[in-house]
Amino acid sequence: MGNVSSIIFQRLLLGLVTLLIVSIVIFVAVNLLPGDFAELILGQGATPEAVSTIRRDLGLDQPLIVRYMQWLGGIATGDLGTSFAQLNFKTNLGGAGDVGVIDQILPRLSNTMFLALVTAAIAVPLAVTLGVLAALFRNTVFDRVANVATLSSISSPEFFMAYVLILFLAVLNPILPSLSNIFEGMSFTERLEKSMLPALTLTLVVTAHMMRMTRAAIINLLASPYIEMARLKGMSPMRVIVKHALPNALAPIINVIALNLAYLVTGVVVVEVVFVYPGIGQLFVDSVKIRDIPVVQACCLIFAAAYILLNLTADILSILSNPRLRHPK
Amino acid sequence: MSTIVWIVGALVVIAAGGYVFRLLGQMLTGNAPKYRDMSFGVAFGYVLAVALVIGTVWFYLQPTVVEVNGQQTAVASVTFFRWAVQAVILGSVAAYWFKFVGKNFGPEASRKAFRTMPLTASFGILIIGVYTFVAIFAGQIAVTTIIGLAIGFMVILAASRNRLNKDSHAGIGFLLFAILVICSVMYFVGPLAPYGQEEILGAANILPGGNTATGGDPAYPLGTDSIGRDILSRLIYGAQNTVGIAFVTTVLAFAIGVTLGFLAATLGGWLDQLLSRAVDVLMAIPSLIFALLLMTIASVWAPRLGIPLTYFMVLIIAVIDSTRVFRLSRAVASNIVVMDYIEAAKLRGEGLGYLIFKEILPNATAPLLAEFGLRFCFVFLTIAALSFLGVGIQPPLSDWGTMVKDLAPFINFAQFAPLAAVTPLLAAGAIALLTVAVNFVVDWMLHKSSGLKE
Amino acid sequence: MSELLEIRNLRLEGRSDEQWNPIINGVDLTLKKGEVLGLIGESGAGKSTLGLAAMGFTRDGVRISSGTVEFDGIDLVNASAAVKRGLLGKRIAYVAQSAAASFNPAHKIIDQHVEAPVQHGVESRAASIKDGIALYERLRLPNPGEIGFRYPHQVSGGQLQRAMTAMAMSCRPDLIIFDEPTTALDVTTQIEVLASVRDIVEQFDTAAIYITHDLAVVAQMADTIKVLLKGDEVETAETREMLSSPKEDYTKSLWAVRSFERPTKPAVNTGATPVVSIRNVDAAYGTVPVLHDVSFDIHEGRTVAVVGESGSGKSTTARCITGLLPPKKGEVLFDGEVLPANYKQRNKHQLRQAQMIYQMADTALNPRMAIGQIISRPVQFYTGLTGKGLRRRVDQLLDQIELEPDQYYNRLPSELSGGQKQRIGIARALAAEPKFIICDEVTSALDQLVAEGILRLLAKLQDSLKLSYMFITHDLATVRAISDEVVVMKEGRVVEQGEKRAMFTPPHHAYTDLLLSSVPEMDPDWLTNLLNERGVDNIGDAAVGKM
Repeated sequence: MGNVSSIIFQRLLLGLVTLLIVSIVIFVAVNLLPGDFAELILGQGATPEAVSTIRRDLGLDQPLIVRYMQWLGGIATGDLGTSFAQLNFKTNLGGAGDVGVIDQILPRLSNTMFLALVTAAIAVPLAVTLGVLAALFRNTVFDRVANVATLSSISSPEFFMAYVLILFLAVLNPILPSLSNIFEGMSFTERLEKSMLPALTLTLVVTAHMMRMTRAAIINLLASPYIEMARLKGMSPMRVIVKHALPNALAPIINVIALNLAYLVTGVVVVEVVFVYPGIGQLFVDSVKIRDIPVVQACCLIFAAAYILLNLTADILSILSNPRLRHPK
Repeated sequence: MSTIVWIVGALVVIAAGGYVFRLLGQMLTGNAPKYRDMSFGVAFGYVLAVALVIGTVWFYLQPTVVEVNGQQTAVASVTFFRWAVQAVILGSVAAYWFKFVGKNFGPEASRKAFRTMPLTASFGILIIGVYTFVAIFAGQIAVTTIIGLAIGFMVILAASRNRLNKDSHAGIGFLLFAILVICSVMYFVGPLAPYGQEEILGAANILPGGNTATGGDPAYPLGTDSIGRDILSRLIYGAQNTVGIAFVTTVLAFAIGVTLGFLAATLGGWLDQLLSRAVDVLMAIPSLIFALLLMTIASVWAPRLGIPLTYFMVLIIAVIDSTRVFRLSRAVASNIVVMDYIEAAKLRGEGLGYLIFKEILPNATAPLLAEFGLRFCFVFLTIAALSFLGVGIQPPLSDWGTMVKDLAPFINFAQFAPLAAVTPLLAAGAIALLTVAVNFVVDWMLHKSSGLKE
Repeated sequence: MSELLEIRNLRLEGRSDEQWNPIINGVDLTLKKGEVLGLIGESGAGKSTLGLAAMGFTRDGVRISSGTVEFDGIDLVNASAAVKRGLLGKRIAYVAQSAAASFNPAHKIIDQHVEAPVQHGVESRAASIKDGIALYERLRLPNPGEIGFRYPHQVSGGQLQRAMTAMAMSCRPDLIIFDEPTTALDVTTQIEVLASVRDIVEQFDTAAIYITHDLAVVAQMADTIKVLLKGDEVETAETREMLSSPKEDYTKSLWAVRSFERPTKPAVNTGATPVVSIRNVDAAYGTVPVLHDVSFDIHEGRTVAVVGESGSGKSTTARCITGLLPPKKGEVLFDGEVLPANYKQRNKHQLRQAQMIYQMADTALNPRMAIGQIISRPVQFYTGLTGKGLRRRVDQLLDQIELEPDQYYNRLPSELSGGQKQRIGIARALAAEPKFIICDEVTSALDQLVAEGILRLLAKLQDSLKLSYMFITHDLATVRAISDEVVVMKEGRVVEQGEKRAMFTPPHHAYTDLLLSSVPEMDPDWLTNLLNERGVDNIGDAAVGKM
């Protein structure tokens, strides 16, 4: 086992290093912005006093490396800075101010997590079942229909799927609400109902991907000589699948699931916008539009972290389910 | 709740039907192997398929207008359903005839390709052809373009005379000639789009359909948008803008990715390490998110430098996507580099250029071509998503993603005026259709090159 | 009821290019209880397909189009899936070519061993495990009590192959199909597997179909031999009769292959400068040492065969000579001058003098280049010939390798057979007009008849062009046929070297002896005699030594 744990430790370390470098990339990218943040925040009507106030507030007079370290330190202590929009509000209009980025992001993040979980709960069992079926009945009519359907679903932009679903399930047959106005203190079932359409949209996209990858993995597996051997030993089809194929299929399927959940991270942005779902994707797009850099930066980091984490999980789980690594020579 | 009861009930009936079906099959055929060894799941599948077909036909035959309290009320869902079914049938028939034509005309090589391709692939090729045609001839084609092409083709023909055998030389000559003829004809036919993409015409918010009784206007078959631009023209120009920009971006991404990928695979060493690690990091950031971040920054730079934001977008997406191209081309080239014929060439003392262009590239074209199709789809969808989110292709260029965003509210009127909901779906559908088409073709190519048995 | 298996006029078809093509065209086969039938033929003869069909099994994309397969009176072609499942594993068992791929990596060996007996209700799990251990012992596996409780990847190839034979035996079947069980193994390992397989088949009086392409192997194993050629039966006869007096021309030609041997050349003048001289070379991949102090010379017009099992460092030596793997220590001399260690530092003239011919002609020729292009590139590159002169030289080279220039100039490698491709590889090497050619297992991927043609061609070219060859091979028959001198390698060291005649006559170095004596001979009594000679325990020791 020492072998495996050292491999996993290496992967974890690698993931951490990647995340660190990604944070540098994001930070540097943001600092490619021309001129001064301060002018950017205050826009056209910037007075010199306001500019210098903001410069001091943001520590813009410090060198780049110091600011990066401060930012990194902030992240570690849960302080992601202050939104420009809030700052502007405070400086120009004397508003309440000082609503940290973290306070803006946290509720949104939990909403997005909820959406992702609902999607995963529907999509994963569905996709794996359909994928295994398609592999078992490969080259039959069922497989071909599934192939065309999944290809079409993968190819369509998320907003196309979303509007088709809105058209049929919300407008023509008012079964589900087309807007997901979620707020705190909502009951679970109500929340579920409001998230249903965005979750279904994401399900359609992710299921297609996952199903195709599962199918490919299983077909690949069924072509192995040891599966033929099991059949030549007179084992029933059920036993061949459960006893011989499944233990080996676990690693690729886990990989497929984790990769697709990582894909959700991107898909969620467009879908949240279509359904006006108050998640982190919506916040991200809004911030991009008003160039609210601290929020954009923070959202970007969160998305990247989720993405890296899921890929890391896929990696580690497939190491754990590989008998060659679990039982070294 | 009643819906669930209905579904469960139907499934129970179908399950029973499957059992009966298998039993009947066994009895009627005297226990033929097909029914004897049939598992219950398969029998269930057959009956389920039959039930679905019957259900589709039944729903299709429902009336589109019903009388409620003495009033004629449209049943919009049936209308939409009929349109969808008709579109699928129309597409299949078109694909069938396209394949039929391809099977029977043209040189032997292309005829053979058409014979073995599935219907989906021929559908894909047809659609790609149509889009290309619409994109190129959306506006008026210039005389100088035609003359330039004619001269260029002559150069190509002259250069290829000694390199190709007679048949393929004649084939290429015929193809180039056909392109010139089409261009010349289209010069006189004029632009496909009835109006300009930025032209603001009289009335705003004219409904599609061209029927004055339902709020349409025959001059604008698909109606006009909220500031009075012709939607049909904008859809046609959208093909030029959206597809053209995506194509250019993909080509750029490939130029960067393939060059670096091949260099990394051939040279190895520190260059390979450096590039691979850099790509690992860039790929750790989800591409849409990264694109949005960089677009934010570009949107500040663009006005200061006086360069249109669209140029930035092309560059940003090309760079982000070139990482994926790098991965693939490096992997493909690494597999080729270990071949003995590369070793033989190295030991002969061949230079890097010969290795890459003569030995590696010709063997990498098949996977790279398939990847080009997939990358194009990805880039196309990314641009559409950016435009939909409002940070992609900028007005006054018309583009499908922006059109979907602008026209989306009309969907809510579908219940009362089905036609009103059509326009946003048309723009979104235009995006979906092209990516579906490309994916169908790529799927066929991959299937063919993997050597899998049908 | 004397016939255990009876196949009548069986036809099998395979699906490719959208149509069904015949694989087996009407073959008859009968097998009595306890009889062993050898099924031999070249690649593409349909041996494996026929073997599987004897179990009533066809792979995806293959179908039985007509004919019958009856096992103990049961019609396997029309039997239901359930009936067939009841027979497979219990009364008919299968031993596959690659044991490493045919054992499920997720389960322990013993769990896979007991699966058939337990699932078919033959005996309890505990009884089956006990029996398995007894079988392992019988098959002379090391640590029989413990080895089954390992995972497949923890056990070596030769041992896995024996464990699979034990697995096939677990239900004491009436019939076992052996599908090339020793093809992937080294000779010294092969002999252990052959001995144990034959022993256990005899002990339980099991009938078997033994599929192989190696005549000498089948001669040891089978009572009867059936020769297949492209899906047709050529002839069937009792083993001794078949070996002593084959009737058909095809069979005779197969037998004749082994008789090719070049006349012995006079010894090298002492003091002559060798063309290539390898001096005290040490090499390593990264930090893993592969070669230790390797030295030998290759003289003009002579062939030095480098022999050894997989992993002995033969190919690595070649890489050191070509400069692909610069040695850690020592040097390579060409015509008495030291070559730069890395090929990148060698000049055109130095590169030109040493050429290579590869094992897999498929990967050695660029599939996108026509034959003409492949051969003309080195000519152009080294001699600067162009136009008509270039074409004339390429035609001349094609003539030298006995291929019609006009017919082959524009073809792609994929349109050529394996032997023709290998000839193109030779022509490309000759195009540089070298003095020295490294032949890396050039015949091991080819069928015997084709391989012989290549060997004869190489011999002819050597005589006319005064070439020196370094001939890497693991096959001692090839060594006997073509070499003048032999270098035996083991684990990166030269174990023994000398003139061929001296090497093939005792006394040998212990390892050379083991290697030489392990090569199967056409004599059906060879294995029996050898086992008697070595003594039974010796085989077991050899097995342990392999670990």
